[in-house]
Amino acid sequence: MKHLVAGAALGLMLTGAAFAQEKVVNVGVLTDMSGPYADVGGAGSTVAAQMAIDDSGLIAKGWKINLISADHQNKVDVGSNLAREWIDQGKADVILDSLNSGVALAVNQIVKEKNKVFLVSGAASSDLTGKSCSPNTIHWTYDTFSQANGTGKALTKAGGDSWYFITADYAFGKALERDTTAVVKATGGKVLGDVMAPLNNADFSSQLLQAQASKAKVIGLANAGADTANAIKQAAEFGITQGGQNLAALLMFITDVHALGLQAAQGLDFTTAYYWDLNDKTRDFGNRFAQKMKNGAKPSMVQAGVYSALIHYLKAVEALGPTGDGAAIVSTMKSMPTEDEAMGKGYIRQDGRKIHPMYLLQVKKPSESKYPWDYAKVVLTLPGEEAFRPLAQSECPLVKK
Amino acid sequence: MIPLLGITTQALFAQLLVGLINGAFYALLSLGLAVIFGMLNIVNFAHGALYMMGAFAAWFLLNYFHIGYWPALVLAPLGVGLIGMVIERTMLTRLAGLDHIYGLLLTFGIALIIQGLFQNYFGASGQPYPVPDLLKGGANLGFMYLPNYRAWTVLFSIAVCLATWFAIEKTRLGSVLRAATENPQLTRAFGVNVPRLITLTYGFGVGLAALAGVLAAPIYQVRPLMGADLIVVVFAVVVIGGMGSIMGSIVTGLLLGLVEGLTKVFYPQAANTVVFVIMVLVLLVRPAGLFGKKA
Repeated sequence: MKHLVAGAALGLMLTGAAFAQEKVVNVGVLTDMSGPYADVGGAGSTVAAQMAIDDSGLIAKGWKINLISADHQNKVDVGSNLAREWIDQGKADVILDSLNSGVALAVNQIVKEKNKVFLVSGAASSDLTGKSCSPNTIHWTYDTFSQANGTGKALTKAGGDSWYFITADYAFGKALERDTTAVVKATGGKVLGDVMAPLNNADFSSQLLQAQASKAKVIGLANAGADTANAIKQAAEFGITQGGQNLAALLMFITDVHALGLQAAQGLDFTTAYYWDLNDKTRDFGNRFAQKMKNGAKPSMVQAGVYSALIHYLKAVEALGPTGDGAAIVSTMKSMPTEDEAMGKGYIRQDGRKIHPMYLLQVKKPSESKYPWDYAKVVLTLPGEEAFRPLAQSECPLVKK
Repeated sequence: MIPLLGITTQALFAQLLVGLINGAFYALLSLGLAVIFGMLNIVNFAHGALYMMGAFAAWFLLNYFHIGYWPALVLAPLGVGLIGMVIERTMLTRLAGLDHIYGLLLTFGIALIIQGLFQNYFGASGQPYPVPDLLKGGANLGFMYLPNYRAWTVLFSIAVCLATWFAIEKTRLGSVLRAATENPQLTRAFGVNVPRLITLTYGFGVGLAALAGVLAAPIYQVRPLMGADLIVVVFAVVVIGGMGSIMGSIVTGLLLGLVEGLTKVFYPQAANTVVFVIMVLVLLVRPAGLFGKKA
């Protein structure tokens, strides 16, 4: 009898918990708020997530959506602990952004273990849909393969057939160098060497001198954020481009161009999933976003990706109804085509790769820039099927071959 | 990793020169710290933030008042030094006679607040600052391309360092200053206004940090965390040189720049840690630092 009562009480509690769970979504934005990538994601990623929540219209339909955000400080242990804590305490059903490949690869495991949802916008490593792919993870905006395939291929084709890399010394930089090396070789070029630089490196003169001495036609910068900006600025100082070598910013964001100024950044190619000045919709999204930012910055592709991913996630949640089953939500997301203001139409592949066009942009000369944030022109549009790693080459166990 | 034998003498010279350039920055920053510690007995953790403010001051002057690099080289250290003196007068002076840890905590807190404020308004990636026209371009030395601006920073910082050393160790003002540190009461009895001297000294140390900031502005992005990244290394330099030793911090700064440059050639992965490895070794063998007097 005693057991029965206890069992009934437990049952009541469980249904109570289920009731409490009903029509509630907890969104967590895990990003770099203070380090070298803070302008690429950071507070702007939280702004983008809030915009997605507002635009989804779910609140009017009786849903309660909580948004929290935190700084992973680019430390794998800090990021992992935050993700674990959020999930264990019921603060996050979905984790977004994770702007750092090291952190993302760790959170990827935790989210899979706990069967929640991980929508990666900021992290770059293509391993997230390769050997580390997960039924709970979607890699949304770009990856090291798409960057290599955009900027890397374009420069090699344009005659830059020998490369030297300056690489950020962690998971992301190594993945970017690896993927670019593959593209360069496939396009008929060769790689002469590489040198590692730690994350958040202020002085690149040593690395630049080695790159200069290598006589490679292209110096590939396999880094991001403030590191890229510093490297480009110092490359000009050391007369790299005057000496006939080209710089390849393999991962450059619009916020980096803004930080560098057009004088220093002009002529550089970069590959992006979003640029605010592409069409009316992207402009509208960009302007709405900029109004919410303290410094009036236009969104980076990472921030646009956070918006796009969360819009689609909320569509899937609405279609599926309240559930704690992350893998079920992700498979619903994969079954629906994606469409939103920031990134247009697309779809999600079975390996968790979101597919959409990528744009190869070139930074304008100062004289070509007519209004604020008029920074780049489109050189080439890569259709989604060409931009991302073909499924046939995938190491992802989820892909049935 | 690059094999040892693969290094040509040309590359070696180039890296040594680059190391010397970085060393000049270390020397200038650690000199300010050493002056402040030597005279005020304060471990100034706000030094990195004040260095950053120097760079931002130059940027403000250029973008809002169209005042170029050369005047900024004087105006920014003066302005930031003045802010430093206000900090000393209103806050640090209250900690006189207390344990080091209080000064450390206070200055660390000040640094966090300053950096947070700048980050809030300017973001993390920072602002560009151009190289002054006079120093654009560079010279081909045969073994490397040396940008004129870098050559200027080395010469200028070494000159400033030596001038500071001279002023403190060899002039009358310096001897009064040292007397005030050694025995404030007795110095007061000679009619010297010791608190004012201390405020001016702190302002001077801060001014040196701001000067380094202006020198750094055309090389690095002017960004809120530029000082936070550097300050840890600079503290290691001060510890290795011997806390409070003026010449020690200058020589150690330059030497460690060179060692770091060499490490970047032979084993780049260790470039960020080599300074701390040396610090551990020095503390084991000579706890007072290379140039420090035994306590």
